[in-house]
Amino acid sequence: MAIRTFIEAIREGMRDELRRDQSVIVLGEDVGKKGGVFLATDGLWAEFGDDRVIDTPLTESMIIGASIGAALNGLRPVAEIQFADFIHPAFNQIVSEAARMRYRTVGGATVPMVIRAPYGGGVHGALYHSQSIEAFFAHVPGLKVVVPSTPYDAKGLLRSSIRDEDPVLYLEHKKMYRSVRGEVPDGEYTVPLGRAVVRRPGRQLTVVAYGLMVHYALEAADRVAGEGIDCEVVDLRTLRPLDRETLLTSVRKTGKCLVAYEDNRFLGYGAEIAAIVAEEAFDYLDGPVSRIAGPDTPAMPYNPILEDWFMLSPAKIADAIRKLAAY
Amino acid sequence: MAMTSELAAAAGLADADLVAMYRTLALARALDERMWVLNRSGRAPFVISGQGHEGAQVGIAWPLRRDHDWVAPFYRSIATCLTVGMTPRELMLAQYAKADDPSSGGRQMPGHYGHIDRHVVSVSSPVATQILHAVGIALASKIRGLDQVAMAIMGEGSSNQGDVHEALNFAGIHQLPFVFIVENNGYAISVPWQKELSVRDVASRAAGYGMPGVIVDGTDVLACYRASREAVDRARSGGGPTLIEAKVTRLTGHSSDDQQTKYRTEADLAEGRAHDPLPIFRDQLRAAGVLAPDAEAALAVEISALVEDATAFAEAAAEPDPATGIDHVYADPAASEPPPPWHPARADVVPQDAG
Repeated sequence: MAIRTFIEAIREGMRDELRRDQSVIVLGEDVGKKGGVFLATDGLWAEFGDDRVIDTPLTESMIIGASIGAALNGLRPVAEIQFADFIHPAFNQIVSEAARMRYRTVGGATVPMVIRAPYGGGVHGALYHSQSIEAFFAHVPGLKVVVPSTPYDAKGLLRSSIRDEDPVLYLEHKKMYRSVRGEVPDGEYTVPLGRAVVRRPGRQLTVVAYGLMVHYALEAADRVAGEGIDCEVVDLRTLRPLDRETLLTSVRKTGKCLVAYEDNRFLGYGAEIAAIVAEEAFDYLDGPVSRIAGPDTPAMPYNPILEDWFMLSPAKIADAIRKLAAY
Repeated sequence: MAMTSELAAAAGLADADLVAMYRTLALARALDERMWVLNRSGRAPFVISGQGHEGAQVGIAWPLRRDHDWVAPFYRSIATCLTVGMTPRELMLAQYAKADDPSSGGRQMPGHYGHIDRHVVSVSSPVATQILHAVGIALASKIRGLDQVAMAIMGEGSSNQGDVHEALNFAGIHQLPFVFIVENNGYAISVPWQKELSVRDVASRAAGYGMPGVIVDGTDVLACYRASREAVDRARSGGGPTLIEAKVTRLTGHSSDDQQTKYRTEADLAEGRAHDPLPIFRDQLRAAGVLAPDAEAALAVEISALVEDATAFAEAAAEPDPATGIDHVYADPAASEPPPPWHPARADVVPQDAG
């Protein structure tokens, strides 16, 4: 198996699907000749041409709205929102239109499309290049939300997302693009949506995470292992639909649950995880379902000291693990 | 051989086409009036109306190829939907929100039409979103070489939304097979055009997108037809998009929940009634000898019967089953969150203390 960076796996996923299926197109700002501001689409325009790799104006609502129309008329658009922070002008198209089309036509009209968006901080991106936006969209029935954490999953989940019959928001933590490497098979494979995975088995405490926080949680688990705390780390991979079985099986085994997410804490995605665990694993719990997440500021500040203050880290997660383990 | 009056010949149509257009216009009006009766008699909680717009709608939709070209309509598009092949029964099923309503199975408010087999894109309530869907459909048509034209339709109030700017810019850049229709009735609910438009004519904005902007009198059905045919032909032949603004009048309140006498003067309303496309088109056809008295009488009988049939059919049609309320959230039902266990979503799951 080849070793790939996270962004290489994403690029290969798009390339392979573009080769496999003529109905797949890629559109977004700077995705063409430049290959995207992060180079996620580098080389695709040269291989597939103007009709299938389309540079758009700076119009997020159009990128999504036109993708909906293209999907209604037989294409499978992969739309790139340059930074997840800029997705909000398209909120209406995503929530009111893409997510509701199947429901409001009783299954008659469907919009198979993928919205790729780099999210997350720790890259000196400040208020408008660092946001975590998953909670806004995971709340919406009709949308699927995918957050891969490894190159293998990034490629396999992207292929599944492109082949899915429903709109999928596919979030890529930009700090992982070149810092995370891993084995990626050359041939055809997919990773199914809606399946979490246990990244590290453990007996005493479950840490639930997704995206970059999976890596931080694994590092935190390593740190506390020497102190006799045996953590299990669950990588959700898909936020909607949620794999309750893997989540609940883990928590029922360990009896303790910590949810780690980078977004600000109040009403973040971890709140739903906490609620589900409290409702469905109450009899197994041996401590309060806990969250460690970002502070409740409107967004991530720029200054590196302030940014570190905002961001979770393996050390912060390890600290939260110790507190919960001691309960 | 088909009869062709001078009036029909000038539009490149036969007399039978003109009668068929009149029939569609009159049928739309009769169905619309029935919907109001149903509302005022407590049978339908909501009506949103196309009255006053039908002439433009019939003329503009007439050149579209049925089940091939696409239309993304809006909530006043009753005559548009009839023109492209939706039936009176289908429109009335939507009004009654019944299970077999092809627009949404009773999930949407009345007037939110859609029919995937007729290539009518489902309408939502946030206005102007549909223009981007039509542009995307046109993009797919161009990429796939399908020879389809996509048409988006809305009022001048909606035309102020940002999605319109984004859509027209993109359609212009890529010279998409797209036609944008603005039915300008002068009011965005209660706000008159002077307070919603910085220019007198929406059509003048077309220049900013490098496309022709055409103004037509929405009471002149055949002028609307000619303008649309030219735009549709241009779009299909690779000549790019067109913006057509039809000046129409709104004969009713914004919806059944609006009382337009609160913000419109009696003189204004009378002016509107003088621009009712139905009698104008009828008189035009009578004068041209296209609509003979006996044919007109026969049409009236037929339309009345169609309205009665559609009403009775929809009234008797089945209501949606709450057990289906969770259906079609995702392609795979297993992807849906289950309804809460205490929620009586299924007929076979009844709360224990019920009854």
